[in-house]
Amino acid sequence: MFELVVFSLLNGLVFGLLLFMLSSGLTLIFGMMGVLNFAHAGFYMLGAYLVFTVTQHAGFVPALVVVPVLVGLLGAVVERQGLRRVHRFGHVAELIFTFGVAILVTEIVQFVWGRPAKRVEIPAFLDFPLFQLFNASFPAYKAFMLVVSVGMFVFLFAILTRTRAGLIIQASLTHPGMVAMLGHNVPRVFMVVFGIGCALAGLAGVIAGPVLGTFPGMAQVLGSIVFVVVVIGGLGSLSGALVASILIGVVQTVAVALDVSIGSALAAAGVVLDPTGFLHELTSVTVAQIAPILPYILLVVVLIVRPTGLFGTRET
Amino acid sequence: MSTPAGATTRPLAVAGARGRWLRGSGVWLLAALVVALLPVVIRTPVAVPVMNQMGIAIVFALSYNMLLGQGGMLSFGHAVYFGLGGFIAAHALNHAGQGTLWLPLPLVPLVGGLGGLLFAALFGSFSTGRSGTVFAMISLGIAELMAASSLIFNEFFGGEEGITANRTKAPLLLGLEFTTDRQVYYLIAFWALVTTALMYAFSRTPVGRMANAVRDNPERAEFVGYSARWVRYVTFCASGFFAGIAGGLFAANYEILTAENMGLNASGSVLLMTYIGGIGYFLGPVLGAIVFTFLQSMLSDYTDVWLLYLGIVFLATVLFVPMGLTGIVVMHGAVWRARRLGRLVLPYLATAAALAVAALGVVGLVEMIHVLVSAPVSRGTRRLFWVLVNVRTVTPWVAFAAIAVAGVLALRWTMPRAGAAFAEASRPGDAR
Amino acid sequence: MSAAIELEGVHKHFGVTPIIRGVDLAIEAGTRQALIGPNGAGKSTLFNLITGKYPVSRGRIRLKGEDVTGRRPNEINRRGLSRSFQVTNIFPRLSVFENVRCAVLWSMGYGYAFWRFVDRSREARERTETVLEQLNLTARRDVPAGVLSYAEQRALEIGITIAGGADVILLDEPTSGMSRSETEQVVQLIRQVTAGRTLLMVEHDMSVVFDLADRIAVLVYGQVIAHDTPERIRASAAVQEAYLGVPAHA
Repeated sequence: MFELVVFSLLNGLVFGLLLFMLSSGLTLIFGMMGVLNFAHAGFYMLGAYLVFTVTQHAGFVPALVVVPVLVGLLGAVVERQGLRRVHRFGHVAELIFTFGVAILVTEIVQFVWGRPAKRVEIPAFLDFPLFQLFNASFPAYKAFMLVVSVGMFVFLFAILTRTRAGLIIQASLTHPGMVAMLGHNVPRVFMVVFGIGCALAGLAGVIAGPVLGTFPGMAQVLGSIVFVVVVIGGLGSLSGALVASILIGVVQTVAVALDVSIGSALAAAGVVLDPTGFLHELTSVTVAQIAPILPYILLVVVLIVRPTGLFGTRET
Repeated sequence: MSTPAGATTRPLAVAGARGRWLRGSGVWLLAALVVALLPVVIRTPVAVPVMNQMGIAIVFALSYNMLLGQGGMLSFGHAVYFGLGGFIAAHALNHAGQGTLWLPLPLVPLVGGLGGLLFAALFGSFSTGRSGTVFAMISLGIAELMAASSLIFNEFFGGEEGITANRTKAPLLLGLEFTTDRQVYYLIAFWALVTTALMYAFSRTPVGRMANAVRDNPERAEFVGYSARWVRYVTFCASGFFAGIAGGLFAANYEILTAENMGLNASGSVLLMTYIGGIGYFLGPVLGAIVFTFLQSMLSDYTDVWLLYLGIVFLATVLFVPMGLTGIVVMHGAVWRARRLGRLVLPYLATAAALAVAALGVVGLVEMIHVLVSAPVSRGTRRLFWVLVNVRTVTPWVAFAAIAVAGVLALRWTMPRAGAAFAEASRPGDAR
Repeated sequence: MSAAIELEGVHKHFGVTPIIRGVDLAIEAGTRQALIGPNGAGKSTLFNLITGKYPVSRGRIRLKGEDVTGRRPNEINRRGLSRSFQVTNIFPRLSVFENVRCAVLWSMGYGYAFWRFVDRSREARERTETVLEQLNLTARRDVPAGVLSYAEQRALEIGITIAGGADVILLDEPTSGMSRSETEQVVQLIRQVTAGRTLLMVEHDMSVVFDLADRIAVLVYGQVIAHDTPERIRASAAVQEAYLGVPAHA
């Protein structure tokens, strides 16, 4: 039992930090430009597929460096040529544009790499159990994921708060007009932030591909959860994204392991329901079964009760 | 004179003034006549099933535009009401077949509509408080919730196989049978016309007019006495009702509903088709639905990557033609009234030709890449534009690349001229 | 004469910053009054409090004797109070005609009816056309409001405010940004449409104020320091001291 808790928490943490890697870019982009980038998960997918190809030709470690840069550059191009043009038509048009980009990325990935899932192997030098607790072992690759996520967060935090560029970015988040008046090229700042956000998504794809699977539907699966994280944490708030990511990561991982339902709890208490009734169907649902929709229930509740999210200050 | 304070640089559309021609009953009678004669005129066997699909899409897209174009609410989960309406209709149809419910087929879409209305009233109660990004996110959350629920409530959703129904088992109304596609066509056409008229009528009611006002300026709408939230809610419920009718028509036509029909792909499709058609005009979604369904059914016969092309077209629309296809037509309205349309024929024809050439080249290249990627090593030939092409040789690559380049160059020459011709033709001058 | 608007001990803080520091004000029904004061005095905030956009931190607001403190904007509007905005706040994508008609709908009892048609209502059309005549915008009735000139939009702004037949009208800087001749036209319009009603307006243009207002209230640092006839305000030493340097336009 104890090992179940420990491993669930650890796995939840790994998943949560991965979610944070994805959501940090998204919330930064939203905070700065006011647009929720629907295509964000698409860049994640692109990173996973690119690492598959690059690894085949050059190995994992070069891929780790090269692929995020590639994805980031692509993101910058999308911003410059597309998003900027649509900006003057309003937020709805921007959302629709990123939606279109998301479709296109999915289709292009399927077009270039085909529809069947790709098997991306965990690199050999990371494929060993890190430690053993009772009977189960914790793979080193997951520890690697943890290290990369945490390292990335520290790096991001340091850049944003300690460097001049970071300060400009922070200022542009809330006062783009003023920053422009001070002589900075704010559109270029936007492009850079967008590119960095996409690069982060690509990096997440690189390290998550072997573990979460590399298949055409991966953007859709993770994309929705990332939106939930960003909205719950508060649009534009990095710390909110961190808290929400870990919360959802842990909750989902733990919930999946729980094979209990209201029905089983009632049965343990001696109450047995008519097996053909509707109530039975409802209460026989296990926690594990509803684990995938827990984030969405939380999303709807938070949006009703506190539309700005846990830490956010802006609604739209 | 200072610039107008409230003006935006986006192409504006005024639903009221231009749509005046829709208010006469003559237009509707003409439409009914055309619709009634279509299957008689077009006799290819594949036509009627495709037209049925179009009819359903038209109702669905129009209901979606009540939210997006008229209400300013972007929803990523509209298929939820379409699907739920369809499921309820399918279940009702099954009950009708078993004799537990007297429900002739012509009334089934109404049941679907009531189902859509029910759920729209339920979900709308908390999602219409705000529009914009929050509304869009809630709609996404609800769509995901429904998608996941479909795996839990197996009785209602039928699990992985979905729910099937049989329309021939339903009791007859006035002896009308619906066994062939053609007969179902008339059912769909009837409901499409009726719902289109109803949705247009809705846009002419106080709520419908205020929906436009709330879209433009919710704060101001409050200060003329209306609660923006209530206006949005009523619009949302009406939209769900009509989406449910579309779902009921789907159930009647295909006799099967699965969770896919409720899902994000379906919601995405309706957004695409509505936007391509033009969200600023009442009939925009109609045009979009027709074009989208046509492309979807026709293209998928010729190529595997039709969704890629559709995605490109959609993105091009968002970037360059945000007013949609209908918007382009309306833009030329002034030119047509000034009788200067003739001046545009040549430049437009030249642009169209250049575009066709460029598209030929690009499509050729795309298809060849697709063969290269997906076909097994031995097979490398494909029938492309009526010519047998071997992708393993160099010739077709060079040929198509050359065609593409030529087309793009021609486009760069003709497009500015077409644009200038249009500007010249729409200049107010010696017009009436 | 009874008071159309009554403010009793009204305070408003934004966070810890007090903006309105205790205002007691009574606007008599049927009068035209102006609210003046230096920038930052809180005039727009006071408007927003009266019209329900912001909740008061303390105090009561009464409209025609009824307590409307804490009510939502549309509820206050339905009780007969209407306002215009300093930054033009119209429906840009609707035609001029539609803009005014929207303002008429509620007052004619249409509500959320989805079974009645606005085109059928002769009453609504006639009322809208009357207002358009007063605004001098009849020729522009089918133009999308977003492409009107600035002065036309300001006129439309006032039109939307009065079309519903409200008997208490609040105008927020109706002549801001206008030339001399445009200002004169707007003053005529205001005089015409507020005949027999209560008007409270915020204005910086002193000639407009002295032309239209029966009484003037002076707001400085969130408090009303004077509320009197124009002559006495002009002569008041306190007002001159607090508000010196606003010249009357030639």
